[in-house]
Amino acid sequence: MRPRTVGAWLVWGAVTFFLVHLAGVIGSVLVNSFGRRWFDTWLPQGWTTQWYASAWTEFGLLDVLVVTLEVALLVVAISVLVGVPASYVLARRSFPGRRLVYLLFLLPILMPPITYGIPLATVLYKYGFAGHLAGVVLANLVPSIPFVILTMTPFIEQIDQSVERAARMCGARTWQIFVRILAPLLVPGILAASILVLVRTVGMFELTFLTAGPDSQTLVVALYYSMSAAGIRAQQSVDAMAVLYTSSMLVLLVIALRFVNPTQLVARVKEEPD
Amino acid sequence: MSATDTNQRAPKTNTSARTAWRHRLAERGMDRQLLLLIPGLACVLALFVYPFAYGIGLSFQPAQGGVFGAYREFFTDAYQRDTIATTLGLALPAAILNVAASVPIAYRMRGRFRGKRLLTTILVVPITLGTVLTAEGLLNYLGPAGWFNRALMATGLTGEPVRLTNNYWGVFFSLVITGFPFAFLLILSYLSGIDPTLERAAATLGAGRGQRFRRITLPLLAPGLATTFCLTFVLAFSVFPSAVLVGDPAGTTRVVSIAAYHAAYEAYDYPLGSAIAVVMGVVELVVVAVVLGLRSLLYTGATGGKG
Repeated sequence: MRPRTVGAWLVWGAVTFFLVHLAGVIGSVLVNSFGRRWFDTWLPQGWTTQWYASAWTEFGLLDVLVVTLEVALLVVAISVLVGVPASYVLARRSFPGRRLVYLLFLLPILMPPITYGIPLATVLYKYGFAGHLAGVVLANLVPSIPFVILTMTPFIEQIDQSVERAARMCGARTWQIFVRILAPLLVPGILAASILVLVRTVGMFELTFLTAGPDSQTLVVALYYSMSAAGIRAQQSVDAMAVLYTSSMLVLLVIALRFVNPTQLVARVKEEPD
Repeated sequence: MSATDTNQRAPKTNTSARTAWRHRLAERGMDRQLLLLIPGLACVLALFVYPFAYGIGLSFQPAQGGVFGAYREFFTDAYQRDTIATTLGLALPAAILNVAASVPIAYRMRGRFRGKRLLTTILVVPITLGTVLTAEGLLNYLGPAGWFNRALMATGLTGEPVRLTNNYWGVFFSLVITGFPFAFLLILSYLSGIDPTLERAAATLGAGRGQRFRRITLPLLAPGLATTFCLTFVLAFSVFPSAVLVGDPAGTTRVVSIAAYHAAYEAYDYPLGSAIAVVMGVVELVVVAVVLGLRSLLYTGATGGKG
């Protein structure tokens, strides 16, 4: 172990500073959601779980959760089905116009959702999709498909091409290679991509906000509406809803991290041997 | 006789011409496997390119003021025009801080140590918080009766609460909380992608810590830095919920996205809304282009990672 330098202390100090305030931000929501009355003291005067019950009934959370789940699963299924084959072609083949196609898939990730969300919502309203589940799903596909493509590329590159060639030698057709060779080998990648898309879709505010109708709000959007209408409802029940949202996201995230190392998404990490 | 002969041969030459054509395409890399791209391309074209083109078209058809009416309306009204400066004033410092703080921290953590996975997991948490919960948390924590101000007053640093919410700082902090972990993870992965033997080679040649960082790691990291900056900037640039919830949406944190939203969904002026969205996209692409242009002035070879 090297002696700690001033730089090391500064770095660890900065991390600690950030984490302490982060804990404060999350902790204050958590504490408030269980607190009875909390005005000018360090901690609330009493503890209760009533805010969770009232959030559940007041906001119709069951419906909201069902909608959130439907949207997220549909988006995941469609974007994986569409994205994985495209990702395969982009990872393995070179063809005229490849860079253009790649750029086209990259653009939706490089643009802030609000920029394309407003014209997209206008078009979806024009064709009658917006305001329903279909519109929300369609809008969320825009960043999800490119995201699947980007996430899958390193996983596809890791597969030895000779496996596919061998299968072709044995007379397998493209779809057979996909179903019998690639799909089983790609399961970890597909799982990683699905969970990341799930997390992104559940957390996606702008696109859902612009396209959702009253019966197709996801949890974030419902949370936003309940917060911007503050004063009508007790802040604690809004906090309770926020805690529910965060804990469900955390569960998803912990599952995601079992399948994918976040640092391996952009580069294959060469761990230094000890 | 000869007539039937040609009749029989005609379809054959046709098929062989078609195979030749297919072969020639296959030589250039075009074959039926490319059809796998079609669903993806169709989705992007129908859901991204077409609406965008439609929005651009709509922005040139305002109710009054001719072709450029909506743009003129946006740029002549100081209340609308200043939103661009407000957004850049929030997004650029936040993105720069996030990237600048990530580099030394990630540099320090690129090796292996105990608890690295736990620490990266903790740092991923804020990404999942989403802007809405962050906003709620900031209101509680930094508010006049929140823990932060209580701690400041208890230690006697200030006599009265510091105002950190419902203004510029609230939005800025929310951008740091959501943006920093994201920038950190990306930079950490780029740093881990750089071959550690390069730095060891430099060390054998007598380069000190500072020299190794400046002459070896930093140039190799430059493309990753540029990409990370762009992604973090995009994230910060589209700030919408936090600007409304922890900011001062009518004044100091009236960002472009709020202006666009108001125009399109509260004033029902779709041409103006689309025009603002287009302006927003252009400003954002200009910043990204400048950053990528600066990056191309530096080293542009292979970096080990995907630059």
